[in-house]
Amino acid sequence: MSENNPNAAVREQDLPLLKVKDLHVYYGAIHAVKGISLEVHEGEIVTLIGANGAGKSTTLNTIAGLLKPRQGSIVLGGVPVDGTGASKMVYKGLSLCPEGRRIFQHMTVRENLEMGAFSRPREEIEASLEDVFGRFPRLKEREKQIGGTLSGGEQQMLAMARALMSRPKLLMLDEPSMGLAPILVDQIFSIIEEMHNSGVTILLVEQNAQMALSVANRAYVLETGAISMSGNAAELLQNDDVRKAYLGS
Amino acid sequence: MIFLDHLINGLSLGSIYAIIALGYTMVYGIAKMLNFAHGDVIMVGAYIAFCGLQYWGFPPVLAILVAMVACTILGITIEGLAYRPLRQAASLAVLITAIGVSYLLQNIALMIWGANPKSFPTTFINGSSIRLGQLNISTATIITILANVVIMVGLTLFTSKTKLGKAMRCVSEDRGAAELMGINVNRTISLTFAIGSALAAIAGILLCSSYPILQPTTGSMPGIKAFTAAVFGGIGSIPGAMLGGILLGVIEIFGKAYISTELGDAIVFAVLIIVLLVKPAGLLGKPMREKV
Repeated sequence: MSENNPNAAVREQDLPLLKVKDLHVYYGAIHAVKGISLEVHEGEIVTLIGANGAGKSTTLNTIAGLLKPRQGSIVLGGVPVDGTGASKMVYKGLSLCPEGRRIFQHMTVRENLEMGAFSRPREEIEASLEDVFGRFPRLKEREKQIGGTLSGGEQQMLAMARALMSRPKLLMLDEPSMGLAPILVDQIFSIIEEMHNSGVTILLVEQNAQMALSVANRAYVLETGAISMSGNAAELLQNDDVRKAYLGS
Repeated sequence: MIFLDHLINGLSLGSIYAIIALGYTMVYGIAKMLNFAHGDVIMVGAYIAFCGLQYWGFPPVLAILVAMVACTILGITIEGLAYRPLRQAASLAVLITAIGVSYLLQNIALMIWGANPKSFPTTFINGSSIRLGQLNISTATIITILANVVIMVGLTLFTSKTKLGKAMRCVSEDRGAAELMGINVNRTISLTFAIGSALAAIAGILLCSSYPILQPTTGSMPGIKAFTAAVFGGIGSIPGAMLGGILLGVIEIFGKAYISTELGDAIVFAVLIIVLLVKPAGLLGKPMREKV
């Protein structure tokens, strides 16, 4: 298989950017993720949807290196990355915007963004800041403000902007719409679409299946730690089983 | 005049507490643990400086540098061997380990240097005094207060301006999120121990310059008081450690001078209890809030 040679692999067009195979994750004795396999190709938005406790966040946290899988492989851009610690994954081109935003509450907006670029050389940071402020003009207005004083929606924008600051090959978003008012949810999703249009590859975890399926190219449906369905997002949006289980109709 | 004298003594003692308290507060803020061995690192620093001056014939500045380097290595070693394996363990286990390390250091010092108190030699720090009107201020006092100011300004600049300093603040606030930024948490914690321990060496030398009796338990009481100062000012806060340390020193000296010499320490701890009843997070401590 071509994955065995990393150099040849990256050059190959149809090779997935992220390939997860047969992933098993445990919390102590609890088997949280039971053999998940998924792929994300360059330029795609792929979404993982499913109920609470289906293992969506666990999957993302494992890919990001925060949790160690007991079994399975994770390959990013042709290079195996399982067992790489979270702090090294950023250097490999993967960025996770975690559930619950987790911005640095006592730091200013600008400092938060600078920390997002921790993995990058100092002289490149200014250009990235400009880029991010262009996408999120609201953050530019709040540049000197302390993170903890921002509204919930602004904090989510800051968290996404911070994740972008490392210039990731793959951006993973964990529940970006959680706890936000409907109007803000729309805004966050339009930002996600804009990021996608500008070439960012995104792996999105969401409980808001309707929104997630309408922006994504492909989707995986998770049920109690395993993938129960997968395919084209638009088709899944029309699928009766998906509609009954996750879209409430 | 006597009042001013006491105030200056209080500031000097308080500066020593503040420098020690910084070690407690930084380690607590970043590693979320109480390093009760910190007081004993002070003692080790003082002994090494003592050996440098007394036995090895080092000039004072070299003795201070050697003590700082030795304490830095000691701090990193303690963290790596005793605390790092317990990173995921219950905080009580870490606390008990820290107390164990504290006794270990005291007993090693007892083995090497014996139980007899050593008299800390005279250096440029405590050699003379300056007359200001009717006030007679010892150089040790002046150097202690100056050292405290320099350290405080330096640390504030370090944590607010440098990349590593900011990384420390990130780890202190949210270890998981810091890792996602690419910050190596273990290395950041080691760095914190290194800085805290180097400061402990300075504190030990300053302490023994003002109170020149050195024995294996020399670090315990100042250690406990500096810990009190850190809690008093708001543990985890660098300006809090400074404020808490200074206030504690001043209260202690005034308490001893005007109320009762025997009750000096009791007064210090009584003030702590009162402050914590009114402000549980300490004077400058920030209770964490979450936005929804």
